[in-house]
Amino acid sequence: MTARGETRMMKLLIVDDSNVIRRAIERMIGGQRFEEVRTAGNGVDALKEFDAFEPDVVTMDITMPELDGLSCVDAILAKKPDTLILVISALADKATAVEAIKRGAQGFLLKPFTPEMLDTELTELFEN
Amino acid sequence: MTEEEIRVFINGTANYFKTIAEVPAQIGTPFLKEPADQIISDFSAIIGITGLHRGCVYYTAPRLMVQKLVQQLGETDVSDDMCADFVGEIANTISGNAREHLGRNFLISVPVVLRGRPEAIHFPNNVATFVIPVLWDGHRSSLIVCLKDEEPLSMNGAVS
Repeated sequence: MTARGETRMMKLLIVDDSNVIRRAIERMIGGQRFEEVRTAGNGVDALKEFDAFEPDVVTMDITMPELDGLSCVDAILAKKPDTLILVISALADKATAVEAIKRGAQGFLLKPFTPEMLDTELTELFEN
Repeated sequence: MTEEEIRVFINGTANYFKTIAEVPAQIGTPFLKEPADQIISDFSAIIGITGLHRGCVYYTAPRLMVQKLVQQLGETDVSDDMCADFVGEIANTISGNAREHLGRNFLISVPVVLRGRPEAIHFPNNVATFVIPVLWDGHRSSLIVCLKDEEPLSMNGAVS
């Protein structure tokens, strides 16, 4: 079964402080891959949404108000360790990507990105 | 700032437009901002920089250009709220990408976004302010980089 098929019944939470980016990610992948998609604009709201609908997959920005994305990764994995997290950030230094993976994120996608890049990262996320 | 550091922002800006837009941007020759230069446009985003560098990175662009860029992402809502949001995202992404070369101690804030209000933006007076013209689809925007090493600026790129 393809990664696309496997994700059909999964739920996705998109976390980014930019509404434009949240909506762009949702258009790129949401309806095709996931049965339910919700969004949050900061780490605090992300944790509330996480508790409310327990998504299987989370895309996570890092630089956000209220609570940053890496702290949010910690909090989510403490609640549900098998959550698949793809960090999507503009922070281009290798140390940040390594830090995200160390904390338990399964993938890292650098902004700016194309729909194809996002699709590739998500496919790798599921295959790995 | 060194020439090499300015080039980091030039390349980062060019890469940004190349990735998100069908038409790449043309990056003009950077110049030192003079007090009389009026470069602030309809939407401006300011990223505060701390760490080994201190100062600000600004991106400012006219409404029509931002509306077209938002549409490049497939977005149909080109309201001012969406344009303001996206200008912040552009500044955030270009600044964050600079960490590839400037290191993880190039610490960036979340963006502060202003609509118009050029009088509200104060550039530090004790450090060089470089303007990088960004020409795209017939529109002119600017990336403004104002950084120095370690010591705090006297005005800290303030917004009033």
